Amino acid sequence: MMPLIAANSLGEYVLESLLYWKLPGNESIAFTIAALIHVVLILTFFGVAPLIFIWLERKVAGRIQDRLGPTRVGGAYGWLQTLADGVKLIQKEDLCPAEADRMLFRMSPYLVFVASFGAFIALPFGNGFVVQNLEVGLFFMLALMSLEVLGVVFAGYSSGSKWALFGGMREAAQVVSYEIPMAICALVPVIATGSLNLVEVGRFQAGGFWNWLIFQNPFTFVAFFVYFTVATASVKRAPFDLAEAESELVAGFHTEYSGIRWSYFFMAEYASMFAVSGIAVFLFLGGWYDGVHIIESMDAFVAREGCGWLGQYTVNVIGLAIFITKATSLVFFQMWVRWTLPRLRIDQVMMTCLKYLLPISCALFLGATVWPLFLYSLPMTAGQTDLRPYPMGNRVYNAKPAAVKPADKSDSTKHPAPSAVIIKEGSGKEA
Amino acid sequence: MTGHQLLFWVFAAVTCGGAIAVVLTQNVVRMAFWLIVSLGASAGLFFLLNADFVGTAQLLVYVGGTLVLLVFGVMLTASGPFSKMQTRPGELFLAGIVAFLLLGLLGSSVCSVNWNAVVAATNHGQPLLARQELNHGYNKPEEGNTGHPLGMAFLGMRPDRDLAPGTKTLSTGYLLPFEIASVHLLVVLIGAAYLARAKRRVQPNE
Repeated sequence: MMPLIAANSLGEYVLESLLYWKLPGNESIAFTIAALIHVVLILTFFGVAPLIFIWLERKVAGRIQDRLGPTRVGGAYGWLQTLADGVKLIQKEDLCPAEADRMLFRMSPYLVFVASFGAFIALPFGNGFVVQNLEVGLFFMLALMSLEVLGVVFAGYSSGSKWALFGGMREAAQVVSYEIPMAICALVPVIATGSLNLVEVGRFQAGGFWNWLIFQNPFTFVAFFVYFTVATASVKRAPFDLAEAESELVAGFHTEYSGIRWSYFFMAEYASMFAVSGIAVFLFLGGWYDGVHIIESMDAFVAREGCGWLGQYTVNVIGLAIFITKATSLVFFQMWVRWTLPRLRIDQVMMTCLKYLLPISCALFLGATVWPLFLYSLPMTAGQTDLRPYPMGNRVYNAKPAAVKPADKSDSTKHPAPSAVIIKEGSGKEA
Repeated sequence: MTGHQLLFWVFAAVTCGGAIAVVLTQNVVRMAFWLIVSLGASAGLFFLLNADFVGTAQLLVYVGGTLVLLVFGVMLTASGPFSKMQTRPGELFLAGIVAFLLLGLLGSSVCSVNWNAVVAATNHGQPLLARQELNHGYNKPEEGNTGHPLGMAFLGMRPDRDLAPGTKTLSTGYLLPFEIASVHLLVVLIGAAYLARAKRRVQPNE
């Protein structure tokens, strides 16, 4: 029994423990407890991650502008600065302008918050470390993150201010157009794996870093950069932060907000940055795998020595650390871009999306679909093992999706995992 | 009451409450907000039924797509802030009649189904099993168990009428209403395209 895997198995684990200790309880209670554990875990992450990212943002901004950034609160590095800001924001008066539509004005921060938080339900943090291991995990995350725009638009509309209205309008136009190339780019690695389940996409990339989907074929390589650009735009980060655009619109859609409601927008923004970076890590950069066989060796060791669930759990925690490191570096990269590049004009933003990114992503999608067929059209030398990718994706099949033991664990004793070999050498042969 | 049933009632109540609030609100954007609540809760009902894909598609298409366009349209076209929708009593009366007719239609089609026969047909004539082992589709669970009675009925085969033992006449299922609805959507699309084009054609002549 391994705790902290998908909610179903944690629920079963809780149920078994209740029965074992002869405590009162049935299936419903066990699953409620499991759900609560997960909610508390992600809510903590959802609160702590923005805390660190906002501090990081200020430090990065400071360093790029040849300043120091926060230095006072919490020692030399000012690492408690965001917490101090949070305390200040909670104390502020909850203002609502007289012109505003009160109900919508008060609701919209929650809408943004819930949409951003909901996406974390399907985001795996490691091998099976996921609240709900959905078969359509990627689709679910993209769908929920597309709801964030509604909160922003409502905030802009209900504020009763022209700055906010312009910010909301720009946001709606921008996000609705950028959603299309984002979804298409996310499909390019999905074609290679044949699965929308992010855990399965992660398992698919076991082995060396050359097994990562970004190196799968030329199209996924380009798709990563296009996806990352579009994802930066979809979380309204500079150079695409037209909805805020401080130099033109005061503060855009959140001009009228103050105090804790204002901070909800920012928590959601930073959490979404992590979420899109997490998707990028799973779709292109090997998920929780380190790329130099460390996780795989530990998996093999645990399987060989029979360390039980504790050993497997430790490996998963290391995988979690690797995943968070990767995703945080992408977030760091987004900050770096923000403080380096100037903001685009709204027409330039729309042109970049509709005239360049959308055709590019469509071409990548088409290319990724045709690539395996192209490989099949090439002649093969006799005696060579057929390692070419399947047109419908080389999915890692699990006998039991809810099984406690990851499917590739037994495979990874012989490096690299056979499922991973299938494709890699196929594309390597062509290069 | 199990946790599943409790969640069902919560989601169902939120769906209905949101829908009623849509009707009772006059502000168009607030209506959109209540529609989000209602559609989101119905997506929750889909998730509760293990229909993850349908629930996600509901969120993406209706909430994330249609509603954003609706709010965007209101923001672009509204002459003043917070545009209200004034309904005259006559319109209210007419809309009420249509709504109750639709309710009657939906209610009668739900009541006309012999649910025991549906269960018997999907479980291949076997008696009702324990809840966990109930088969919801025609094909086996190993094969995905995807051929569900409702989908079959849309294709023109009603399990309770056509597969029950001793049936003589075959029904058409819901094939005709399904096709009418799709043709209706096509008509709406063509009409919208026509309206959009006609306006553009007038302008150069002026």
